[in-house]
Amino acid sequence: MAGLAATFGSGAMTNSIDEIEFTDLILATGTNTTENHPVIGMKVKRAVKKGTKLIVIDPREIDLVKYADIWLRQNPGTDVAVINGLLNVIIAEGLYAKEYVKDRTEGFDALKKVVEKYTPAYVEKISGVPAEDLKKAARMYAKAVRASILYAMGITQHISGTDNVKSMANLSMLCGNVGIEGGGVNPLRGQNNVQGACDMGGLPNVYPAYQQVANEDVRKKFEAAWNAQLSPKPGLTIMEMMDAAGRGTIKAIYIMGENPMLSDPDLQHVKKELQKLDLMIVQDLFMTETAQLADVVLPVASFAEKDGTFSNTERRVQRIRKAVNAPGEAKADWEVICGISNKMGYAMNYASAKEIFEEVVKVTPSYAGISYERLEKGGIQWPCPTPEHQGTKFLHKDKFSRGLGLFSAIEYIAPNEMPDKQYPFLLSTGRVLYHYHTGTMTTRSEGLSERCPESLVEINPADAEKMKISEGQRVKVTSRRGTVEAKASITKKSAPGSIFMNFHFADTSVNLLTNPALDPIGKIPEYKVCAVKVEAA
Amino acid sequence: MGNEIKITLDGQEISVDSGKTILECACDNGIFIPTLCHYAKTTNVGACRVCVVEVENARSLVASCCMPVSPNMVVRTNTPAVRAAQKMIIELLWASGDHNCLTCEQNGQCELQNLIYWLKLDQPRFEIKTPGYEMEENNTMISRDLNKCILCGRCVRACNEIQVNEVLDFANRSSDAKVGPAFDEDYIHSSCVFCGECAQVCPTGAITLKQAKFAGRPWELHKVKTTCTYCGVGCQMDLFTKDNKIVKVMGNREYGQPNEGSLCVKGRFGMDFVAHPDRLKKPLIRYKKDDDFKEATWDEAFKFIADKLSKIKKENGADSIAGLASARCTNEENYLFQKFMRAAIGTNNVDHCARL
Repeated sequence: MAGLAATFGSGAMTNSIDEIEFTDLILATGTNTTENHPVIGMKVKRAVKKGTKLIVIDPREIDLVKYADIWLRQNPGTDVAVINGLLNVIIAEGLYAKEYVKDRTEGFDALKKVVEKYTPAYVEKISGVPAEDLKKAARMYAKAVRASILYAMGITQHISGTDNVKSMANLSMLCGNVGIEGGGVNPLRGQNNVQGACDMGGLPNVYPAYQQVANEDVRKKFEAAWNAQLSPKPGLTIMEMMDAAGRGTIKAIYIMGENPMLSDPDLQHVKKELQKLDLMIVQDLFMTETAQLADVVLPVASFAEKDGTFSNTERRVQRIRKAVNAPGEAKADWEVICGISNKMGYAMNYASAKEIFEEVVKVTPSYAGISYERLEKGGIQWPCPTPEHQGTKFLHKDKFSRGLGLFSAIEYIAPNEMPDKQYPFLLSTGRVLYHYHTGTMTTRSEGLSERCPESLVEINPADAEKMKISEGQRVKVTSRRGTVEAKASITKKSAPGSIFMNFHFADTSVNLLTNPALDPIGKIPEYKVCAVKVEAA
Repeated sequence: MGNEIKITLDGQEISVDSGKTILECACDNGIFIPTLCHYAKTTNVGACRVCVVEVENARSLVASCCMPVSPNMVVRTNTPAVRAAQKMIIELLWASGDHNCLTCEQNGQCELQNLIYWLKLDQPRFEIKTPGYEMEENNTMISRDLNKCILCGRCVRACNEIQVNEVLDFANRSSDAKVGPAFDEDYIHSSCVFCGECAQVCPTGAITLKQAKFAGRPWELHKVKTTCTYCGVGCQMDLFTKDNKIVKVMGNREYGQPNEGSLCVKGRFGMDFVAHPDRLKKPLIRYKKDDDFKEATWDEAFKFIADKLSKIKKENGADSIAGLASARCTNEENYLFQKFMRAAIGTNNVDHCARL
């Protein structure tokens, strides 16, 4: 998100889901769309059937590869090199949108200079993508009238994550694809309300609607609205909090519905840090791995047991409605927050989620025109500044949020930990179709567990043969940080030398293995690349 | 779309779009034409012929779902010839399968049953011969009873044209014709990804949701529109409940975007967690680090937390406290959470797992 905010002035999916089906070209990279966003994957496939071109850039032979006109299989973590290679060809062959670049962007000369050395031959050496394929893809992308870029965590979960995102923005702007229907740079967000959690200021540096905590005027506005004195100092990110807990400068952590004990990298380290806390409060549906370490565990209502709103990946604010009663004494998360706050002497009294939303729209300019009454007729995409406004299908029409779109001149850097003699395999982690995040909900669903009961180590047939590992055999995967065991699944989805594992199952915590090296700006861990060894268990 | 043209529909002259079919124009003008195989946003195949109408100067009855309107066309939807043809078709379909409503999960929402009623049929004039297929019950999500299949092909088109999973197709010919995955496999042994679109579009009880069986009759269920809790697509769905339990999940077609009525396997079949016995039901407190959790009242829990947080804040400052908001919770809850951290505690140490 930081990457898009820097280039366009706003970090969100620029266009809408329904536009995917009616565009001329889709470039999908770092997104296993059919498994992680199946309904968007369905629209990509429908588009291809109607004649839309599809370029897939992905180290894994994902389902979408079957539908692709061109598949570039890069070495994991070499995305910047590949995109710079595309930019190089498009500029060298004069295929870019010259008027658009002149009128709507800045920084083109610096970009041109940096990408000069990323010739197809040079990029082939770094990424393994054949020079001819790269050229073909560059020409196909540049010649499309409207082209949409889709990406997900395969782009962001690298130490170069922010650079990767900026590279996507470079490519899209170079061909005049930002600010048009059917175009854009579209991050597909992995969780139901990750967009909303960001919009609402669940971030250390911003209040709702990305208003900076360090800005004095903004802060005064919120001090007045909330009747409280507010800190001007931006706070810590999740990974920094864990470190600070380890150092003893963070004494208490209040966790609402998150499970860092399964989702964070290098789990042994996380556990040690969390155990040092004086107070850990967890509210959740289940006794998660994280809740087990807590001092207080609070039972809360699930999405089906309360009212509220979620904001989806295309900025669409939509209602959830109570369908059943919560079990036992479980309360909605908002009721719990109010209970604690009132006990601490800061009054929070709301009769319903709707009343909270009415306060939200007063301090969140991009949501100002949205109301529960309007949402009865269907979701509304922000920005929606007034009650008459219809919502915004795509962003940056005629003008970027920051004025001119900013090209970023970016050099390729190698991943933090590459395979070597001792740890010869490259491990990438991610999700599978049948499960979700840390599996607390999906592993408790009969059908999903029937289709996918356990974690698997996806390994290329050539590697399996070399190591004499057969389908379904248990294997041990070891990194510098830990070891896990799981069954082998032999598939050419994984490139030779690479393995893939999911992070859904607590008994095969793949995050015991992963590398906590962070992207310096986005602070996202490098889940997509670490070095491991694989042996029969 | 085409130009505005005039047609006569059941004696009324109306203006319609020349790019539309007779069925679409009738629908737009509030005239009911029965259909079975027709399904919006998939190819019009004209397979079932239930939608036949009379068109003046046409050689025979025409399938209104496939026939585009043309200038000055005169269409009748309710003549004796039309009704006779519809009865014949419905009676043939009725007689070709095991349409025993007594034990059918779709009783009350079956489109074949509705048409039998609408056409005022007491019994088919043909002898009922069921094909004698075995029920497919070897997975926990979708049941298939091909004895109730009328070969309308909606499931095949939903699988190939809506979801593009390309699992289902027709096999065999004539009275042996059936729908299913390649090589006559069961769903569980095929490449099926259990999106459930086939069950959602099936007009009869041939493809049904297994967990919904015996869990409540259609007229007993309470429908609540909501947003899926899994990925960031935000699919609009209907939760059907009975006795405080979610019985089944259907995609919501009314709202259109973002999912136009489709769901994936997680949204359709991933709701068991809601009523799972592992759900936490009471606040739990560990008074000393190595103690076990003890059940507490909410008031005790709020007091324990407030006292501890106040003490830590007093001794170490507000920045010694941090909070994780949640990409899983609502906007309202995330808003309140960061307001609590910033206004009540006094720190900006608030983040969530967007990065993970």
